[in-house]
Amino acid sequence: MTLTGWLQAVVIFAVLIACTKPLGSYMFAVFTGRRTWLTPLLAPLERALYRITGVRADDEMNWRQYALAMLGFSFVGFAYLFALLLVQGSLPLNPQHFPSLSPGLAWNTAISFLTNTNWQFYAGESTMSYLSQMAGLAWHNFVSAGVGIAIAIAVVRGFAAKGAGSLGNFWVDLTRACLYVLLPISMVAALVLTAQGVPQNLNAYRTVTTLGGGKQTIVGGPIASQEAIKELGTNGGGYVNANSASPNENPTPLTNALEIFLILLIASGLTYTYGKMVGDTRQGWAIFAAMFALFWLGFATIYHAEASGNPLVHQLAVRGGNTEGKETRFGIAGSSLFIEATTGTSTGAVNASIDSFMPIGGLVALLNLQLGEIAPGGVGSGLYAMLEFVVLTVFIAGLMVGRTPELLGKKIERREVQLAILAILVTPIFVLIPTAIAALLPAGSSTLGNAGPHGFSEILYAFSSTNANNGSAFAGLGGDRFYYIATGISMFFGRFFVAIPMLALAGSLAEKRPVAAGAGTFSTASPTFVLLLLGTILIVGALTFLPADALGPIADHYLLYAGRTF
Amino acid sequence: MLKYLLVAFRMTAVTVVLLGFLYPLLITGIAHLAFPARSSGSFVRVGGRIVGSRIIGERWTQARYFHGRPSAAGSAGYDPLSTGASNLGPDSKKLIARVVARIATLRKENPRESGMPPIGLLTASGSGIDPDISPSDARYQAERIAAARAIPLRRVLAVITAHTKPRTFGFLGEPRANVLALNLALDRVNGASTR
Repeated sequence: MTLTGWLQAVVIFAVLIACTKPLGSYMFAVFTGRRTWLTPLLAPLERALYRITGVRADDEMNWRQYALAMLGFSFVGFAYLFALLLVQGSLPLNPQHFPSLSPGLAWNTAISFLTNTNWQFYAGESTMSYLSQMAGLAWHNFVSAGVGIAIAIAVVRGFAAKGAGSLGNFWVDLTRACLYVLLPISMVAALVLTAQGVPQNLNAYRTVTTLGGGKQTIVGGPIASQEAIKELGTNGGGYVNANSASPNENPTPLTNALEIFLILLIASGLTYTYGKMVGDTRQGWAIFAAMFALFWLGFATIYHAEASGNPLVHQLAVRGGNTEGKETRFGIAGSSLFIEATTGTSTGAVNASIDSFMPIGGLVALLNLQLGEIAPGGVGSGLYAMLEFVVLTVFIAGLMVGRTPELLGKKIERREVQLAILAILVTPIFVLIPTAIAALLPAGSSTLGNAGPHGFSEILYAFSSTNANNGSAFAGLGGDRFYYIATGISMFFGRFFVAIPMLALAGSLAEKRPVAAGAGTFSTASPTFVLLLLGTILIVGALTFLPADALGPIADHYLLYAGRTF
Repeated sequence: MLKYLLVAFRMTAVTVVLLGFLYPLLITGIAHLAFPARSSGSFVRVGGRIVGSRIIGERWTQARYFHGRPSAAGSAGYDPLSTGASNLGPDSKKLIARVVARIATLRKENPRESGMPPIGLLTASGSGIDPDISPSDARYQAERIAAARAIPLRRVLAVITAHTKPRTFGFLGEPRANVLALNLALDRVNGASTR
């Protein structure tokens, strides 16, 4: 590890902290209908959008209506992308004349983008037309992130409501998330990226004769505009197969820092928005503290593992850290930080090969997914996943002292705890069971890229990643029908079976009237609470996943240091 | 439910126009005006002919040029249409065998260099089209290039020094040299035509 490597991480984090309050306040204003500095510009556009779509902006929805609207929109978005990919071969903006996708691949990709997962069973640069990239995939990058923010805001409204029972209007939240938050930041970021060298054009690929006399085809396309929302919306589906490792998506150390910043930006800002909405910003900072405690723990562990290097390579008298699968311009620090950010959120963009990380580096990435991506989490989904742990922690704390647990003055009762547990249980059920099935079936293990425990890690990682809607991979798994279907199901349940219980929980809390805090009320803004929250997260995660992880990266680590190869 | 689907359908149509077309096209327009070279792919021209892209690595084989890192993109490496990493785990037999083979090849290609090859030249990059090498990756090849071009070693070292980029702002990323820029500079030192 080097001082500059740490400095890079600290400076990016400092900029992130500096932006958390301004962005959080801005989003608070946007979602509570207050005036912002962009209102004069965007309000006419917003009103026009409601006129065309027939949305009545002041209609309030209860949690069931909110969930139905969200599901309806998700279904239409899925059908649209599925159809687009099936016929892209006969549509315009396809200078490379890529054919239409097979139904299996189109189905998997449509679910993948719908759920903000962006798992890549395809190589963008040799599969997707410009039309599919910008009007299909990049559009989903916006709206799946917008849906995530909308759900998070609705859940927070439930926590903050004074007995009204309404969670807001899904269409308005979605529209505002896209227009006021995602679009302006993406425009600025896209221009910075292209100023640094990310291509942004509609030209056909160009084949050139190199100085050495060889031929090379240079990829074009609207890459910068897609890259910006891919990171900001914690989507992660690469324009090209190598994702953010490719200089086409991430050409300089500065773009690398910008992309890490974008990945973390909205999830951090939403903690402040949460604090403002519940009327106590310390509540938001407590969640921020818990999220970034996990983040730094993860980064330090990955960075240490990768900087220490591979003992099997050191045996050959070669010195240095583990550079396999990493780019020269980012180095080990820039790659470790990116991977911590992308797995601590639901992004899944990668600037290095996680499959080639040291077992402990890979383990941290895997645990980040298994804990539900809360360090600091995906746009929206990070906050509501953290809030499910907050409910659980308050419940456990209540049991410890033998009094009815309260959260923000509201009694946490049987129904709330049941719903939070339901959301927490989705992860183990849809990760561990499919992993076990895949490990037993020939179809599940025939396409692995590595043997031994590392091969098992590939399967476990695939289901942890798709269930958590991350989309990063230990690679290795070949695209075949078994994985198209199995990961598609895992993504679907991972998204909707967390979001819907959380909306139901919020709906239940929204109907309760808050009671005044008494002397015995446990403060959810104190350092004690943050520690208890971290303990709950780690104990739940460890109890659930350590046995499986022991068969994968942990076994891998010990065998590697014992000198075993596979 | 039908009511929601109808709104969802209209919302999809409107946002596809706005976010799927107007946004990328607007960015393309601005990028074309403000950063014409970079937005079209950072092409590098020699005598009016495009020979590559500043940001995309390529496969170099001749002794007189700097070589990039090993690449897992496509069967021959450096195929921008099939980018990616080897994805081999750290305890993979294949990975260790590849490192051993690369050590042997590099030693044969660089007989005047007595030390072990630096790790950057022994490990494949993440994208398979990494355009850069580290300064030590470049120095390891300097003797070979000086011999192949029959120029003094110090002129090759001067090219490396001139084209090594430090960390951005002193702390972002790693020091690096662009292989295409290095090789263009070599050709300027003693002509591309001496074969």
